[in-house]
Amino acid sequence: MDEKLILLFAGMGLVTYLPRMLPMVVLSKIKMPELVLRWLRYVPPAVLAALLVPELLLKQGQWHFSFENHYLLAAVPTFAVAFWARNLLLPVAAGMAAVVFFRLLV
Amino acid sequence: MLLCADRKRCNTNSMRQQYLAGMASATPIVMGYLPIGFAYGVLAKGAGLTTWETGLMSLMVYAGSSQFIAVGLLAINAPFLTIILTTFLVNLRHLLMCASLAPFFKDVKSPYLAVLAYGVTDETFAVASAHYAKHAAHPAFQLGLNLTSYTAWFTASVLGATAGSLLPESARFILDFALPAMYIALLVIQLGNRSAYLAAIVGGVASVFLSRSLPGNWNIIIATLVAASVGVWSEKWMKN
Repeated sequence: MDEKLILLFAGMGLVTYLPRMLPMVVLSKIKMPELVLRWLRYVPPAVLAALLVPELLLKQGQWHFSFENHYLLAAVPTFAVAFWARNLLLPVAAGMAAVVFFRLLV
Repeated sequence: MLLCADRKRCNTNSMRQQYLAGMASATPIVMGYLPIGFAYGVLAKGAGLTTWETGLMSLMVYAGSSQFIAVGLLAINAPFLTIILTTFLVNLRHLLMCASLAPFFKDVKSPYLAVLAYGVTDETFAVASAHYAKHAAHPAFQLGLNLTSYTAWFTASVLGATAGSLLPESARFILDFALPAMYIALLVIQLGNRSAYLAAIVGGVASVFLSRSLPGNWNIIIATLVAASVGVWSEKWMKN
């Protein structure tokens, strides 16, 4: 066990726990500005897209537009199923099936 | 020991019933957490974490997407501060969820609320909100729901870390897509209005271009800050 990792987990745990705990315990007393609340609403779509797009378009920092890019190809049916089902499980299953499909076919 | 001020609401018998109801409501969450937690375990092992470290992160952080991200960042030797900052930004959304759950638990003492808050995830929040729309909220219900989901997440991650090493390379490649696929699924769920679409597009485009010119993973943090600001700003002129 790497002690430095425990430190990392503790840090991650703390910054994850505080936004869970503080509003639950004190929110009835303190009110956040409207603008901050609205800004926070855009963090999940923003951060998820920021993580996803490089994952799909780059390979070791270089553009990767080709039929060899199975993740990019599989993203298309994954998006389709996600828009249709709007849950977590089905798109993930469909995406992995698509990766198998493109790997065998392309 | 009373969870809440109301003696009748929190006697042993009703507590047990509520707890069991909470456990039962966690069923769809458990079914969802098993494959995704498993995939996390596989990825964590691939990034060089031991089985214990994999399980420990699930216990100490307990936030799916940020754990996937942390593992991805660990694999490319990102600095710890970057990982913690990214984790903070990714998990800040829980603030809103806990804020909206808080009014249901006005009579619950703060120490218990601090424990309940630990188990609030996208999924437990979704199930709890749906339940409290029809039934009276109860701390024991929330506890049953949270603990069952927490256990499933931990178990699945350890299983993934253990059995993941038995998988061949081709299966790894397929399971590795669980990460981008999960991002896609969570992203689509978040696309509630046109401003959210714009925030996602700005975030994605900014991130991919910034990643080619910025060191570390600042592309994610900067793209997120810019995109969320564009999202709020666009509410002024966009028809949502």
